[in-house]
Amino acid sequence: MPDVASIRKLFPALHQEVYGKPLIYLDNAATTQKPQQVIDRLVDYYSQENSNIHRGVHHLSQKATLAYESARVFIAGLINANHSHEIIFTRGTTESINLVASSLGNLLMQQGDKVLITAMEHHSNLVPWQQLCIKHRGELLVTRFDETGTTDLNHFKELLTRKPKIVAIAHISNALGTINPIQEMIRLSHEQGIPVLVDGAQSIAHSAIDVQQLDCDFFAFSAHKAYGPMGAGVLYGKTKWLEKMPPYHFGGEMVDKVNFTETTFNILPFKFEAGTPNVEAVLGMETALKFVKEIGYENITAHEDALLRYATQKLMEIDDMKIFGSSPHKAAVISFQIGNIHPFDMGTLLDKMGIAVRTGHHCAQPVMDAFDVPGTVRASFAVYNTFQEIDTFIAAIKKASAMLA
Amino acid sequence: MIMKTEEIQAQIISEFAAFDDWMDKYNLLIEMGKDTPMIDARFKTNNHLISGCQSKVWLHAEYVDGKVFFTADSDAVITKGIVNLLIRALSGQSPDDILATDLGFLDQIGLKEHLSPTRSNGLLSMVQQMKLYAKVFKLKAGN
Repeated sequence: MPDVASIRKLFPALHQEVYGKPLIYLDNAATTQKPQQVIDRLVDYYSQENSNIHRGVHHLSQKATLAYESARVFIAGLINANHSHEIIFTRGTTESINLVASSLGNLLMQQGDKVLITAMEHHSNLVPWQQLCIKHRGELLVTRFDETGTTDLNHFKELLTRKPKIVAIAHISNALGTINPIQEMIRLSHEQGIPVLVDGAQSIAHSAIDVQQLDCDFFAFSAHKAYGPMGAGVLYGKTKWLEKMPPYHFGGEMVDKVNFTETTFNILPFKFEAGTPNVEAVLGMETALKFVKEIGYENITAHEDALLRYATQKLMEIDDMKIFGSSPHKAAVISFQIGNIHPFDMGTLLDKMGIAVRTGHHCAQPVMDAFDVPGTVRASFAVYNTFQEIDTFIAAIKKASAMLA
Repeated sequence: MIMKTEEIQAQIISEFAAFDDWMDKYNLLIEMGKDTPMIDARFKTNNHLISGCQSKVWLHAEYVDGKVFFTADSDAVITKGIVNLLIRALSGQSPDDILATDLGFLDQIGLKEHLSPTRSNGLLSMVQQMKLYAKVFKLKAGN
């Protein structure tokens, strides 16, 4: 188990009061807080290294370029990519997915073609594919989940026989916490020769990723959900796809030779990185992921699983409690509703008690529709959360429920 | 005789001033929500929904003898309480008075955060919609 007390000390934002109460931050699926070393990394970059990267002959530019490219190499190693040029830096998961939907979409999709997703996708892994299908007058195929929020693998297999051109699936559902059996889903898709994108937004901070073992064709994630800065993320792609795919954005950095009639494009990964990148956020992401690696994914998962079990058990003791998502394979996300209490009312009162949760549809409106609720209250845990915080959280829910009953 | 909106707002401030604790204030708000002039079921349609709310708010307005009368409902009780405060302050007032008031009482009773644009309860949209009704009634009456 990680030393949570020491870890907490690294996060300045956790040590504040909200309305006179100590902050209890349980909105980690939306974004995590940042450890001091990540904050320092951003300041250090602007204090000592700031310069536009690549092609600069001067000292600072070389220093910044080296730091930026070292981050790429580190991240490639962390997720076991075959080559560092398979790591494309983006603004985040959403941009990574849009890049693939646009670029691979244009490469593979013909009129009437289909894309296969699951019913628990975040809007970011739904709308880009839906719009791609609309553009090609195709069809978005959607895999059902059961009452526990577990993906129906038989339905997935059935939909694969309809020959989608691309499969896009969440590793972990942000609204339900379900961990999808992506290894199996990738294998099944590859049997039909279909490439698979995995939306790893919710998994990168919580479980070890080995893209070669998964054999996924694309893996997308954001830095800010893994203790890193906002505005940076990664698209991992297999070389064979990235080489075939046309550029997504055009401009500086991504070109080789330019005249007024034609342009040849830069090699990987630069072909997909048009314009000046968010250098400091990429460096902050590297620092954040080093922090994660140092604690160890096994330790993080063990602690968060223990928090999930404890919180679930305590919540279930509350009258009229309904938890959405009880898949046997579940990450530390709990979506719930108590009786007819509106999530907005619960969230407002919890906030008054210093507890940050998310309320609403969690950017997964079809999931809420499936359970026929306007939204839920969602508590999501990170490595720095404690059992005492859960006790306070449970007491606060009881207090708020009494007020709202 | 309907009181002037400034007098009503002052009255609401004094009602809340009796409580120091946030819980008491929210309990009062929740209780007040129960007195909201209910919108007629036939107006509880998507056309009457205020957009931008995490909770649903339906609002209807009528113009009678130079005054605007509001009715509303919400599926969240705290929202309903705040909606009721707005209706108490504005319903039965003339369009000019509705357009002129700045609803500063919300700040004074410690509910200003609910009017911030970052708050996804759409209360700001609700105030704008009430003022829009007043504006439209005023224009129509002018013709």
